[in-house]
Amino acid sequence: MHSIWSRANTIFAFTLSVLSAVTFCCFLSTIWLPNTAPVTISASNPRLKSMVDYASDGSKSDVVMLSLNIQADVSSVFNWNVKQLFIYLVAEYSTMKNHLNQVVLWDKIILRNEKTVIIEESIPPKYYYIDDGNNLLSHKNVTLVLKWNVIPNAGYLAMAQGEGQFVVQMPDNYISGRF
Amino acid sequence: MNARQVGYQCLNFAMIVSSALMIWKGLMVVTGCESPIVVVLTGSMEPAFQRGDILILTMDINDPIRVGDITVFKIDGKDIPIVHRVIKVHEKNGTRFLTKGDNNPTDDRGLYAPGQYWLTLTDVVGRAKGFVPYVGMVTILMNDNPKFKYIVLGLLGLFVLVHRD
Repeated sequence: MHSIWSRANTIFAFTLSVLSAVTFCCFLSTIWLPNTAPVTISASNPRLKSMVDYASDGSKSDVVMLSLNIQADVSSVFNWNVKQLFIYLVAEYSTMKNHLNQVVLWDKIILRNEKTVIIEESIPPKYYYIDDGNNLLSHKNVTLVLKWNVIPNAGYLAMAQGEGQFVVQMPDNYISGRF
Repeated sequence: MNARQVGYQCLNFAMIVSSALMIWKGLMVVTGCESPIVVVLTGSMEPAFQRGDILILTMDINDPIRVGDITVFKIDGKDIPIVHRVIKVHEKNGTRFLTKGDNNPTDDRGLYAPGQYWLTLTDVVGRAKGFVPYVGMVTILMNDNPKFKYIVLGLLGLFVLVHRD
């Protein structure tokens, strides 16, 4: 234990062990937190069109346009082991063709130290809301929920859902012309 | 060094190699995934995952694929695993889903095989459940500079064989 190399080797090995132990403790310190927060979601003016869907071999699918309002304060979700929140609004519904459908309409990334209050009013969906098929006409039970993925500094990638949802009722006819 | 010491050093080396292999295979069993640890290679999931971060994957076929899951999948015909997030799910008898990288402007249909518009469970290698930052940079350095890899492995082997403790 007297040469420079053996000392450097020992220090290096010890540093690695301590770093791994601290990373593991960092992971353990936040795994059981609930990560939820209350949210307020609403949507209005849903409009339906039937358009050719290139992702289903040329047959037509329902496309929805609507006006979204999202309000949430996620500052309680940020703890010392959170690097980022990936927040996304999901439309969940069940149809005759597919018993479960989930479509992401909007998403946002919030990093540590950024503004954690979300206020979106009357925004259109960020991604096209296309159904797999033609089963949204008169659908009375499309549920909008806000979920997020907690990206830690090190540890478990947790998922959580905001407390609050909104049920959209689709119109009974298609519109003609443009959205 | 007499024959006994040489034998001892070789056994030491074999112990290290077989312990590493046991840990790796053990992880494969615990997570149910054939490749439980992957290194993030591209910037398509920034700012969540940077190049060089490590993801720990699990593969539980009883836990269905849902929107928001970060899946690692391989396209038929290409063997590079892609780590992206699920943005659409339509489930009938099986689950069909669409993925997109957080940092990409469009969904992944351009990456899928020609004529393929959805992914299914068979394309999935695993789902990312754990995250460790930075540690994978060593693998990236070694892949980008193969000479560096040989030098490091050669030095490691030399030290283990020659070290007299």
